[in-house]
Amino acid sequence: MKRRQFLGLLGAAGITATLGTTKAQASTHSFEGYPGAKGVLFDETRCIGCRKCEAGCNKVNKLPAPAKPFADLTVLNQERRTDEKTYTVVNKYRGKNGPAFRKMQCNHCMEPACASVCFVHAFTKNPDGSVTYDPTVCVGCRYCMVACPFNIPAYEYSDPLTPRVMKCTLCHDQIQKGEQTMPGCVEACPKEALTYGKRDDLLQIARARISQHPERYENHIYGEKEMGGTNWLYISGDPFKDIGLREDLGSKSVPEIVSGPLSVVPMVAALWPALLGGVWAINKRKEKVAAEEQKAAVKAARAAAKAEGEAKLAKAMENAERDKNQAIEREVKRALEEAEAAKKDAGDDGGEGA
Amino acid sequence: MSTENNNKSLMTPANIITAVILAIGLVITVLRFTKGLTGVTNLDQNNPWGLWIGFDLLCGVALAAGGYTTSSACYIFGLKKYHSAVRPAILTAFLGYALVVFALHYDVGRPYRLVYPIFYQPGTTSLLFEVGLCVFLYVTTLAVEFSPAMFEWLGMKNVRNAIHKLTLPLTVFGVVLSTLHQSSLGALYIAVPSKLHPLWYSPYLAILFFVSSIPAGLSMVIFEGTLAHKPWHHMMDKTHLDEHEGVILGFSRGAAISLGAYFCVKLVAMAYDNNWSYLATGWGAWWLLEVVGFVLAPCLMYAIGSREKNIPLIKWAAALTVVGIILNRLNVSLIAFNWQLPSSQRYFPSFYEIMFSVFVVTLGVTIYRFIVSRMPIFFEHPDYKDAH
Repeated sequence: MKRRQFLGLLGAAGITATLGTTKAQASTHSFEGYPGAKGVLFDETRCIGCRKCEAGCNKVNKLPAPAKPFADLTVLNQERRTDEKTYTVVNKYRGKNGPAFRKMQCNHCMEPACASVCFVHAFTKNPDGSVTYDPTVCVGCRYCMVACPFNIPAYEYSDPLTPRVMKCTLCHDQIQKGEQTMPGCVEACPKEALTYGKRDDLLQIARARISQHPERYENHIYGEKEMGGTNWLYISGDPFKDIGLREDLGSKSVPEIVSGPLSVVPMVAALWPALLGGVWAINKRKEKVAAEEQKAAVKAARAAAKAEGEAKLAKAMENAERDKNQAIEREVKRALEEAEAAKKDAGDDGGEGA
Repeated sequence: MSTENNNKSLMTPANIITAVILAIGLVITVLRFTKGLTGVTNLDQNNPWGLWIGFDLLCGVALAAGGYTTSSACYIFGLKKYHSAVRPAILTAFLGYALVVFALHYDVGRPYRLVYPIFYQPGTTSLLFEVGLCVFLYVTTLAVEFSPAMFEWLGMKNVRNAIHKLTLPLTVFGVVLSTLHQSSLGALYIAVPSKLHPLWYSPYLAILFFVSSIPAGLSMVIFEGTLAHKPWHHMMDKTHLDEHEGVILGFSRGAAISLGAYFCVKLVAMAYDNNWSYLATGWGAWWLLEVVGFVLAPCLMYAIGSREKNIPLIKWAAALTVVGIILNRLNVSLIAFNWQLPSSQRYFPSFYEIMFSVFVVTLGVTIYRFIVSRMPIFFEHPDYKDAH
C-alpha cells in the first residue's frame, strides 16, 4: 500500500490538487527501492541453455504444458518471448565464444512502468521486490504491455470475457505461503547461473565477479540503473545488446518520465476556466462598449441633426424676416415716393395732397 | 431522406451498403465475444494496441474536436456568425465520442469493468486514467450540450430552456476536458521512448496532440459541412445557408493559423531532441511526407483559399488535413510504434479489424442521418428563434 501512495504522489495527482487535500509533494523524489527487497542475479557466463528454469517455473506456477517438452532444445533455434502460458524463456544468441544464452522474464523494476501506467492500480510493487498483478480489478486495456520497456506482460487474447495479464511474479505467493524458499527457476538451475537474494547483496556479488575476472565479464551490471533500476540483474561475457538486452533504455523510470505531463494536468483544470472566462468577459465587454458607443453615436447624430435643423430654421426665419422687412421697406419707400410724387403734383396744382 | 418513414422505398444503394456493413459488424460482435480478440484481430503479445485504438480511439477523438473548437469560437471567442455551425459540430462530436466509447467495449478485455478506473479503484498515476475520466465527463457534457436539439424536437420547452442557460459553463467545461484528454492521448506515448521512433516520440507529445486537434476539428467541420450540404440542403434554413460560406472562410483562417502553429511545434520538438539526422533515413522521408504533405501544404492552401475566397481549394485543404491527422495518429500508435521489431513481428490489421472500424464509422453516419433528418440541427426551431 505504501508503494501505491508513493506512486500516487508521483503524479502530483490531479485529484489531490483539485480537492486540495494534504501537501501534495511534487516530483522531486528519489526512490532507492525497498530496503531488503530481493531479486535475482543472472550470470550469462554460467548459463548453458538447458531450459530447466523454464520447466521449474512451469511446475511451480502450475502453467499449462508446453507444445514441445522442455527437454527439446531445438526450440532454442528461434527467438521466443514470454506469453500467457510462459512466464520465462531462455534464448540462444551468437556470443564471442560460441552460443550464449539469456533468460528472459519480468525484471521486477524498482519503479515499474506497468504499475505506474495502470489506470486501476492492478500492479503492486511489493516490499519483497516482486511486482504482482491483481486480476480482480484489471479491465484488460493492455497499456501495461504497451508501456513495459522489456515487453514482458502477456495477455490471454483468446479469452473472450475474462482475459488476464500474465507475467512472472518472482514466485511471490509461493514464497509468502512458505511453499518455496526461492523462485522456481532459481531452484531448478543446475549451474548456479541464477542467484536469489537481497538486491544490495546481489550487486556486491556481481561487482566481485566482474572485478575477479575482468577478462571474462563486460564491466556493467544490467539492471542496476536501467529504467530506474530493476530487481533482476544481469552480468554477461558478451555485450548486452548481443544477448537481446537493449542498451538504449536510459536510467529514468517511467514514473519519472511521465511525471512532467502528469503535473500539468491539474494546472489546465485550474487555469483554463479563468482564461476562457476572461476571454468571454472581454468579448462581452467589447460588445457592451460597442453597443454603448453606438447608442452614444446615434444620440450625438440625432442631436447634431436637430441642431442643424434648428439652425436652418433659424436662418430661414431670419431670411424670411429680412425679406419681410425689405418688402416693408420697399413698400414704405414706394409709398413715400408716391406721396412725394403726389405732393409734387399737388404743388403743381397748388393744393394739399396725400 | 430515404431514412424517413414515408412512401419512398428503403432499398436505396446507400441503405443496402449500410445494411451489409451493419451485418458484418454483427458477425464481428459475435466473434469477439465468443472467441476473444484472437478470433477477430491480429493483435499479439508485442502489439497490444491495434487499429481499434489507433483509428477508433485516437483518430475518433481528434476528429471529434470540431465540437469544442466550434462551440468555443461561437460562445467564448464571441464569433457569433458561426452560430449555425455549432449544432452540427456538437452532434458530430457527441456521436464521435459515443462511438469511441462503444468501440472500446470491443477492445478491452472486460468491458463490464470500464467504469472501474473512475468508480472502483482509480489509478491516478496513469495518463490513461486521465483520458478515461475526461472522456467519460466529456461524453456526458456533449450529451447535455446536444440535448436542447432533442428537447426542441420533442417539444419539451422547460427542460430545453433550463439547459440552454448552461451553455457558457458547459462550453468552458468542454474546452477544459478537451484540452486535457486530447493532450493526454498523446502523453500516453510519452511513457514509451524505447518503442516509438524518435521522429514521432517527443516529450512534447501532449502539446502536439492538443494543438493538432484544433485544425483537425476545424477541418472536420468544413469537410462534414461540405458532405452534408447536398443531401440536407432542404433542411437548412436561410441563416444556415447564408452563414455557410462565412463559416468556411472563417474556419479556414483558423485552420491555417493553427496548422502553422502545429508545424512550429513539430519543428521545436524536432530541434529539442536534435533528431535532424533521422531525416536522411526512410523514416525521415515518411515523416517529411506527413509534415510537408499533410501539415504545411494544407496550411498554405487554407491561407490562400481564405484570402482569395477560393472555396474548392479550402475543401481540398480540409480533406488533406483530415487525412494528415489520421496519418499522424496511426504513425504514433501503429506505424512508428515498435519500429525496431523485425518486420515479421510487426502488426498489420486483420480484415475484421478494418471492417469493424468501417462498421463504427457507418454506425455514426447512420445515426447522424437519422438525427439531422428529424431534429433542428441545420435549422432553428421556429419556437426558439432569436432565443440566443
